[in-house]
Amino acid sequence: MTREDAFTQFLLQMGDNTLILGHRVSEWCGHAPVLEEDIALANTALDLIGQTQMWLGLAAEVQGDGKSADDLAFLRDAWDFRNVLLVEVPNEDFGRTLMRQFLFDAWHSIQLGRLMKSSDERVAAIAEKASKEVAYHLERSADTVVGLGDGTEESHRRMQEALDYLWPYAGEMFQSDEADAEMVKAGIAPDPASLREEYDTLVSRVLTEATLTIPESRFAHKGGRTGAMHTEHLGHLLTQMQWLQRAYPGAKW
Amino acid sequence: MYAQMIKSEATQDDPEKLAAFQARIDAGEKIEPKDWMPEGYRKTLIRQIGQHAHSEIVGQLPEGNWITRAPTLERKAILLAKVQDEAGHGLYLYCAAETLGVSRDEITEMLLDGRMKYSSIFNYPTLNWADIGAVGWLVDGAAIMNQVPLQRTSFGPYSRAMIRICKEESFHQRQGYDAIRKMAEGTPEQKKMAQDALNRLWYPSLMMFGPSDKDSVHSAQSMAWKIKMNTNDELRQKFVDQTVPQAEYLGLTVPDPDLKWNEERGHYDYTDPDWSEFFDVIKGNGPCNVDRLAARNKAWDDGKWVRDGLLAHARKKAARKHAAE
Ligand SMILES: [Fe+2]
Ligand SMILES: [Fe+2]
Repeated sequence: MTREDAFTQFLLQMGDNTLILGHRVSEWCGHAPVLEEDIALANTALDLIGQTQMWLGLAAEVQGDGKSADDLAFLRDAWDFRNVLLVEVPNEDFGRTLMRQFLFDAWHSIQLGRLMKSSDERVAAIAEKASKEVAYHLERSADTVVGLGDGTEESHRRMQEALDYLWPYAGEMFQSDEADAEMVKAGIAPDPASLREEYDTLVSRVLTEATLTIPESRFAHKGGRTGAMHTEHLGHLLTQMQWLQRAYPGAKW
Repeated sequence: MYAQMIKSEATQDDPEKLAAFQARIDAGEKIEPKDWMPEGYRKTLIRQIGQHAHSEIVGQLPEGNWITRAPTLERKAILLAKVQDEAGHGLYLYCAAETLGVSRDEITEMLLDGRMKYSSIFNYPTLNWADIGAVGWLVDGAAIMNQVPLQRTSFGPYSRAMIRICKEESFHQRQGYDAIRKMAEGTPEQKKMAQDALNRLWYPSLMMFGPSDKDSVHSAQSMAWKIKMNTNDELRQKFVDQTVPQAEYLGLTVPDPDLKWNEERGHYDYTDPDWSEFFDVIKGNGPCNVDRLAARNKAWDDGKWVRDGLLAHARKKAARKHAAE
């Protein structure tokens, strides 16, 4: 894999994560448990879509074939997406949505912290801007996970179920391949595996406070960040998200 | 406007106190929550602010209907920002209502069991992407007509909420107009969507101002109290006068064959909406009434465990803190 291909893949991973998670979070609009959550979820989705514009915009620039961020978001098929599987699993209940958010935010905040030191200035600049937003996302999702984990019997049970379901999707964020090795060599991005220790410390601190038990199995689903095998859910998400662009090719919106 | 047909409550208070109260309003003073106020004033305001707040909340649904299908990243971001604003407006208004002694939970329950209403406009569906532009352009446009004068309303917290809200509303209207302009200037299919949106939303937008003045029985007291600042027909005329030239600029046709400029009046003559349809919608028979209310009830019911969980945690935390002291 050339350096350029590896760089593009890395940028797609970042942008597709925020795009797909932003989309999922935006599905909550008008249906949240309490008004403050409606506002917070819309705000999170908005931040993530804003970050998508930056990551995919840079991916398009690096690819250099005249495409735009919108072309990448709305005109690729599922196998070209490079997001981790975690962000494409459906919202289910509010508990699973917030647990997914927390497991992602924890990784995201560590990743962006490293990327602020990237050798590529554009990457460092995006990471710097995004990291402020993500610090807030993490604070909020961690607080909510603690509040619901250590809330009522029912909220505890639901949060434990959410964690049990989502934990096998956490490991993919730390899997490395040859493209990652290329990024490490260029000083553009850290080795994903190198984030695991900090992640485990952070996550176990919060989940302990939430009185939740991390499953013992380290089994991890994979295939999203390489594009080898997404979940069945992604295709459905794309049919909705990409519909207008697909149905009316070339139209300006 | 988001408050329609607000019935003013009859007041049976001490005539001297009433006169002093009216004098304060006439002098342009603001009434604050701790001040004496007639029971009718309080009740009417709760009804009006509550209906306005509920409209902001239910109004998330027709726009949320398109967030997951927004055609570009920028449009998606703009729509998310707008819907987030609307939820924020709901929050300011519920807080204003709370100062009158009704809690947010109480007033929410009244929406959910149908005792309180929200604007009739949100009982219409959003069927194509141009509807999102049309909602900003027409619905937020109509809301602004009403909300700008309400910045001067007599009740302090309501007036202050309106001032904050109006700052954001002009962005809502601009983004809507911009979105529908892109469509009107776009491909033939896009233009068709824009025209279709205007055809469906024109009369429901006119209905937002409430029934014609000759059938509007509740206005006089509210206007004396400066809870209502203009009559329904005044605002509707103003809206038509502002909107028709914009539609012409877009190359869209307002679905009213009798619409024409009246040189003598200095206003457009226009056709009133079908008021029987309006009263049907108010009674619960609009195209989306049942679904909108069901969606809000489902959100509230599904969210109960979350609200209970967070509350239980807050209590535990407080107790632990207390025990440690
Ligand atoms: Fe609003
Ligand atoms: Fe608005």
